[in-house]
Parts: sequence; structure tokens; C-alpha cells
Amino acid sequence: MFKGKRVIALGDRDGIQAPAIAECVTSAGAEVAFMNTECFV
Amino acid sequence: MPQPVLKGAACLLAHTPGLVRHGSKPSRELPPHSEPLPTDYQAALRGYEAAVAYAPNQVFVGNLAPDALAEVPAPWWRTPLEGARAEGRYGAILPEALFLGWIKVADVFDLVYLTNELVAEIRPAIAAHRLGGADDAARLGEGVPLADVERRVREAHAAPLTVDERLVGCVMPAHDRDATLVPEVLLENLACKASGALTLRHLLGATPAVGADDLTYLLSCSEDAVGDRYNRGGGNLAKAVGEMVGCQNASGADVKAFCSGPLYALIVAGSLVASGVADEIAIVGGGCLAKLGMKFQSHLAKNVPILEDCLGAVAILVGRDDGVSPRLRLDVVGRHRIGAGASQQAILEALVCEPLDRADLRLTDVDKYATELQNAEITLPADRGDVARQNYRLIGALAARRGEIKPAELDEFVRTRGMPGYAPTQGHIPSAVPYLPWAREAMLAGSMRSAMFLGKGSLFLGRMTGLSDGASILIEAQ
Repeated sequence: MFKGKRVIALGDRDGIQAPAIAECVTSAGAEVAFMNTECFV
Repeated sequence: MPQPVLKGAACLLAHTPGLVRHGSKPSRELPPHSEPLPTDYQAALRGYEAAVAYAPNQVFVGNLAPDALAEVPAPWWRTPLEGARAEGRYGAILPEALFLGWIKVADVFDLVYLTNELVAEIRPAIAAHRLGGADDAARLGEGVPLADVERRVREAHAAPLTVDERLVGCVMPAHDRDATLVPEVLLENLACKASGALTLRHLLGATPAVGADDLTYLLSCSEDAVGDRYNRGGGNLAKAVGEMVGCQNASGADVKAFCSGPLYALIVAGSLVASGVADEIAIVGGGCLAKLGMKFQSHLAKNVPILEDCLGAVAILVGRDDGVSPRLRLDVVGRHRIGAGASQQAILEALVCEPLDRADLRLTDVDKYATELQNAEITLPADRGDVARQNYRLIGALAARRGEIKPAELDEFVRTRGMPGYAPTQGHIPSAVPYLPWAREAMLAGSMRSAMFLGKGSLFLGRMTGLSDGASILIEAQ
């Protein structure tokens, strides 16, 4: 689904964190160009 | 092995709309100090009476039960509580002018300058205040002329202090080339020290069985970085707070772990008592000035007042078993292991399921879960969700997956074993511990058997690791 795509994964500490997003899109064929998780509280 | 118990807990707020401009986000987005503040920003700052009558703040200081907050019509900022009081069983809501006075009291290096006018205005109130120390009024000094403050702000890089947009003081740099001793950092640290000390004073005043001299160990779990250019974040704010409170027999140190710091501090305090290292320990968590106004732009965009206008602080007393106070169950401590994984499910399994399983307890054996208690009215306008509710629903889902409740009972689980978030978004402050005084009171009254306290930390923010973090502990009635 994401084969050949590069992804920027922005996560939320209290939602879905960036490593989890990265794992999902990687398994779908994407290359993660950048990932970061932020905290808003 | 001595059994550690929870001898008391306190929660204090300082309403500081003038300090919001020094919060990290506002300080980066607002015009420089030499220019006027935008009118929409000024108009969105709340007055003291509005902050006192704000229902979540009344819960925080002990005047309204957490479960009763759910009955208050939302939005809470539009529903001021009738009869709201600045004084609460568990703390107080302090006005800004007095709090600036206590920032001056906390300053032992003559870095804070207040105007003659402000000092004259607040000295009687600080001298008479139940949270005041014997020397506080004297430590205010006489103040300086307004022109002196104006000159320091204009020419000496001092950070301005205001009350109702009136310049009333400033904080000077402590070094001309040290980024850790600039006025903005010193103000953060002084606000943290002052709010922590005032909260500990409240707690000791409310706990006659434990005096300042009885404390032998202090732990600060504050989100500060006290230090200098050779020792950033060097710390031990614990002893600085202890000095201000007069804890002459205490030593101490800091326990830092982002927002989960207070939970780790509870576990460390209990362990120090259990091991016999100390008999009476105070944990303090001072307010986090950097987080003031963190979401002010979203609040302005949604026509919501700037709700992140209060510094929150907590203090906790842990000591040897007195035969009455709730016990800290050191055998039911949750640890988020380095290899545990970062998903919300993995974190909550580590913090809730694993420790309960070790003690052969079910999730439904715990009367209440105190998780991260951020006030959703602050986070929702910024599209950051209802953090407390998300946690409760996931804990309930874990209970359902384990067959302890039926899926249809999830809402009931959340309603009865959770609570609405009511704490200001002050990082470590909402991390479960604001519920400690409520839980202690209910356990002493016999209406609650146990409560689990859990907090999460964002270690990845410091760029040293991508890890998440968390800790938990079960507290149980005698």
C-alpha cells in the first residue's frame, strides 16, 4: 500500500506514538523519513 | 520491614495570568516585552475570581469531589461555581500579587526586584497568611521604585513581572553568558520552588502529627532544571524547598522522570521508609511555569479563555505506619520495563495488569484508578483528546479482554472506577497524585478499599531515547 512512499510519522504521547505509526507504515512498504512524538500536556 | 503509609497530600494552585507570557509557547509567539500584548490575548486571560470559581480548580484544592465534577454543566469555564472558595481542604488558590511576593521570598540571591508599591500592597497579606513563614514579610524588603524596574527591563535584560498588565517587578540575570541562569530560567525555577514550598507548608499545617522538624528526607519530583552552565539540571530543589519551609533535620534529593516523576518519588519514598533510611519523608512537586499557556493559540482560536493560567503544585507525606493511614503496597508497583513497548496497551498492561497479577488481584478488585488527570477542557480545544478518559477506556478494555467485565460494562467501569480529569496541564502535576488526598480521605472514612495510581512519562522529548515511561503503585486502606 505504501510501497515506494516516504513517510513522516508524527505521534502523540497520549494517542498513537510515532514508533507505532512507523511500524505500521513500514510493514505496508513505506520508508520512514522522519518520526517524532510530541507531548501536549 | 517498616510499612510505609500515606500520611497526607496537598494540592495548591497559583493563579498567574501575568506569568503566562513567560510560558514556553507564549514567549515564542507573543511580541517582545518592549511591545504591547495583543488585545485578544489580554482579553482571554481570566481574572482571579473566575479562576477560583472554575470547577476543576475547586476539585484540585479539595472543595468539590472529582465525581461531582461530572455533574457540573460543561463548558466548566462558563459555569462558575457559586460559593467557590480560594481556601480548600487540600490546598489553596493563590492570587498572583501574593505569589509574586513569595517568588521574592524564595529568591536568596537578590535577583527578584518588586516595586515599592507592590511590596506595600502585599506585605500585610503575606504577614498574616496561614501559608506565610515567620520571616516572609521581612524577606520582601522595601521594594524599589518603578523607574528602577523599568530601567532593568529596558537595559539589563530583566524579565518583567506584571499584575493586571501593571509592571510590578522583574527578575535579573544571574550571569551574563550562562544560558541556565537567564531571567526566564531563574523565574521558572523560583516559581517551582515557591509553589512547592507553599504546598508543603499547607500540608504540614494540615498534618499536626508531622512537623517540619520531623522530616528527615525530602524528594522533589518537579519538572525543573536547576543548575548552571557546568551542571545543567544539577538539581536538588528538594533541599531548597526544605530550607524555605524550615525542615532543618531533612536531607534529600530530586527524583526526575518527566511526568511520571511523582509516581517514582512515591515508590522511592515508600522504599526509603521500608528500608529504615528515613521515617518521615515529604515529596514536593512545584509548578511548571514553562507549560503556562501551552495551548493558548488553540484557546484563542476557539474563543475559550486561556485556561492554562495556573501553576499547580503537590506535596505528599510518606512515613512509618501509624496504624491508620493508607498503606503503600510496594509489592504492587508497576514498572514500564525498557523492553515493554511503547503502545498505550503495552504501557497500561505493564502499569496495571502486571503488578495486580503478581498480587493475585483482579482489575475489578481496585476501587479507583487515578491515571493522568489532565482537565480535558484544556486539551480538547487543541484537538488533543480527553487523556483521562482514553486511559480509563483502555484499562476497562483490558478488564473486558481478561473476562473481568463484559464489553457492555465498559462505560460503567469508566464511570465508577475512573473520574473526570481536573488538573491543570502542568506535566508531572496531573500525574495521578492530585487524587491522593481524596483517596486518603475516603480510605480513612472506610468508603474506599484501594486505589491504583499510575503516571506516564515522555522520555523521548529529551532526544536521548525514543522510549516511553511509566510507573504505578497500589495504595490500600488499613
